[in-house]
Amino acid sequence: MSGRRRVLRWAIPLAVVPVLVLLAYGFRTDPREIRSPLLGKPASPFALTTFDGKPISLDALRGQVVVVNFWASWCIPACYDEAPSLERAWQAYRNRGVVLIGVNIQDKEEPARRFLTQFGHTFPNAPDPSGRVSVDYGVYGVPETFFIDRKGQVRFKHVGAVTDEIMKQHIEKLLEEPA
Amino acid sequence: MSRRLTVVALLLIAALAAGSPLGAAPVSEDTVHEVAAQLRCVVCQSLSVADSPSETARQMKAIIRERLAAGETPEQVKAYFVDKYGLWILLAPPRQGFNLLVWVVPFVGLAAGLVLVLLLARRWSRRAASAPAVARPDAAMRERIRREMAEREP
Repeated sequence: MSGRRRVLRWAIPLAVVPVLVLLAYGFRTDPREIRSPLLGKPASPFALTTFDGKPISLDALRGQVVVVNFWASWCIPACYDEAPSLERAWQAYRNRGVVLIGVNIQDKEEPARRFLTQFGHTFPNAPDPSGRVSVDYGVYGVPETFFIDRKGQVRFKHVGAVTDEIMKQHIEKLLEEPA
Repeated sequence: MSRRLTVVALLLIAALAAGSPLGAAPVSEDTVHEVAAQLRCVVCQSLSVADSPSETARQMKAIIRERLAAGETPEQVKAYFVDKYGLWILLAPPRQGFNLLVWVVPFVGLAAGLVLVLLLARRWSRRAASAPAVARPDAAMRERIRREMAEREP
């Protein structure tokens, strides 16, 4: 009897341990950090019209490495932080079989155009007014950047502002692969 | 001649419409709401697409409506969103695999708690019944009682 009571005296506080572990795990993980189920899958095709009025479609770019960047003019500071890196990557790789596409989501046209002018972006940028492309890519916030290989598969997804290093690392990796 | 063609065309359209039961039916807003209520609004914290007033949720609702109108079942529409966002997009985790834990553990915990309470309650009641109501007076106390009684009734 006293033995059982001693076990109980330990068992009750011990039962708290798994709960604490679960809470510690739960509060340390970022609920917004979700692995995209799209990695390794064919990228959803899309056809948009750029702010300059030119049509752009993913299907027409097969065989090239495609980087799709989702952004919004109200996304401060991440979209503003990464903007110069995007233009630099475009300038560095545009003649090496890499296409960079900016998709402007959840935004208004006027501030979006102002953003493009502010950073002097020369790569194609298109609005996605219905949000269809953004859902097709499982985008849940801006900025998010997808790296698509020459076979048209989504290979990497970067959540948050990209840097020169991140752009270089992923693009070089995909350029090394045979077409 | 052209009138006959028109009639034939109309008949064909009617036949096609009758042939696709879902494609022709107008989408009920209730169905849209039902699907939207099960999907997580991607830009919100713990809000369903149906409950969120955000622009993104509005767009997601439009996509749900469009897919239902194209003849997809509510299950197929949900599967499309799961395909793009993973199971995270569903507000309630599906009752399979590891996720079963979420559905089972609360009930297991409740049952274990009930059993514990029952066991403890039984032990306490048994102890209360078997314990003597008053401590048995020892020899000194008995002697004192006898003396005081004797003093009262000379």
